[in-house]
Amino acid sequence: MAEAEAPAIRFHEVVYRATEATVLNGASFDVILDGVSFEVQAGEVFGIMGMSGVGKTTILRLLMGLVAPTSGDIEVQGSSIVGLREWELNRVREKMGMCFQYAALLDSMTVAENVAFALRRRTHLSRQEIERKVEEHLEIVGMAGTGDKMPAELSGGMKKRVGIARALITEPEIILYDEPSAGLDPIMASVIDDLIVRLGDEFQMTSVVVTHEVEELFGISDRVMMIYDGRVVACDSPAALRGTDNPYVRQFVEGKAQGPITV
Amino acid sequence: MLNRLLAALGRQIIAFLSYLGEITQLHLSTWRGLLTGRLEYRATVQQLAEIGVNSLFIATVTLLFSGMVIGYHMAVQARKLQASELVGWFVAETMCRELGPVLVAFVVAARNGSAMAAELGSMKVTEQIDALRAMATDPVNYLVLPRYLSCLVMVPLLVLIGDVVGVTGGYVMAVLSPAINQAVYFDSIPANLETWTVVAGIIKAVFFGMIIAIVGCHQGLKCPMASEEVGHAVTRAVVYSIMLVYAANLILTTILYPA
Repeated sequence: MAEAEAPAIRFHEVVYRATEATVLNGASFDVILDGVSFEVQAGEVFGIMGMSGVGKTTILRLLMGLVAPTSGDIEVQGSSIVGLREWELNRVREKMGMCFQYAALLDSMTVAENVAFALRRRTHLSRQEIERKVEEHLEIVGMAGTGDKMPAELSGGMKKRVGIARALITEPEIILYDEPSAGLDPIMASVIDDLIVRLGDEFQMTSVVVTHEVEELFGISDRVMMIYDGRVVACDSPAALRGTDNPYVRQFVEGKAQGPITV
Repeated sequence: MLNRLLAALGRQIIAFLSYLGEITQLHLSTWRGLLTGRLEYRATVQQLAEIGVNSLFIATVTLLFSGMVIGYHMAVQARKLQASELVGWFVAETMCRELGPVLVAFVVAARNGSAMAAELGSMKVTEQIDALRAMATDPVNYLVLPRYLSCLVMVPLLVLIGDVVGVTGGYVMAVLSPAINQAVYFDSIPANLETWTVVAGIIKAVFFGMIIAIVGCHQGLKCPMASEEVGHAVTRAVVYSIMLVYAANLILTTILYPA
């Protein structure tokens, strides 16, 4: 019998406790994730939803190896990334791309330099070739002709689109989106959503999308996982989640204040 | 009461040892990057200019006035001891042994160590450091190594220039003081100043440069994720650099100038 292909991503009983140095935005959480397990298959668009501060971004940061889990195992394409050294993690990261919630553009570089950054460092492409690819990717996200601008000259939504172009330019096998459409107008949000789906369909790119925008997530994801209080409370297809009796999912999807989710 | 006092003392000791461990680790990572040839040439040239060229004016002004003050004091004391012909040597010895390396280190710590902590700290807070890591770029090689290498090269150079400027400042005061024989001011220097004194001062500067770069970069990279922490990181970078420069100066002085 042929061995089943390893999932693109596998979380197994991952526990993550924040330390003072890793707490984002001064939030005072202790246990962020408490035994989270899930798998993402290659080419799948996997959505993660939940309230603000439940650990959605932490899952992406753990996947990128930016923080290490307190316990549990994380596999990328069948190999564990827990306990790897920085240079070993870099080999894994070369197959991945990440769009940060606030874009995280390098503010001392122009838009074009930001987008070209990974190509310049990791490939032997000619300057002309890199410039062509940069312009092509800026066009995909609706930012053509902005290559000479500095990040400080861009709006939040424009920065986000440049961040997406920067993550896509190396054609990663796995791409992580942290709130990809937050701050974008509805038309551009729709363009980005279509892009995420197209990358999965055409290039078998595995996408993990984190957001609390339920309709957006249900529209683009093959499966959606909901996190609450550091645990997975549901993980299924959007259609199944729409019809579920799970009180957590129902309350979140319907946006009700009353229910098992407390603020 | 005693228990609480001991616990607080213990916490401070652990924090201090942990800090020493972290900066040693950063230092080793930086050397690993240096020895494996992962140098960012463009960033290094920028930092060489920032630390060397842009700090030159403030470093020379500091050393000029210090040399003048030392020259003045030396002139007054030498007159009492009837050793006015040795004032030039006294000033040169003081500048090369102590004032040159230490004052340049203070200037660079205040100007560049603080800038390193601020720049890297704000990059940390805005997730730019994470973005670098996500793009498979080691922040130590990309950000720390150019700053470290530039300090290693430029602090000794600034000290060398500062020593000359300081001695010249002393000469200005000697000229203004009627009791000093201006002609012998410079003559007394080559006759009495040993080459080792100058070389040892440069060696000190190399170590001070290492301290400033590592402490400044460490504070930036370890800055907690809040904007107000960047300011605290900058303050800590300057204070810790100066304290470590003082401590290193004591150790290096006893090693380089044995009694």
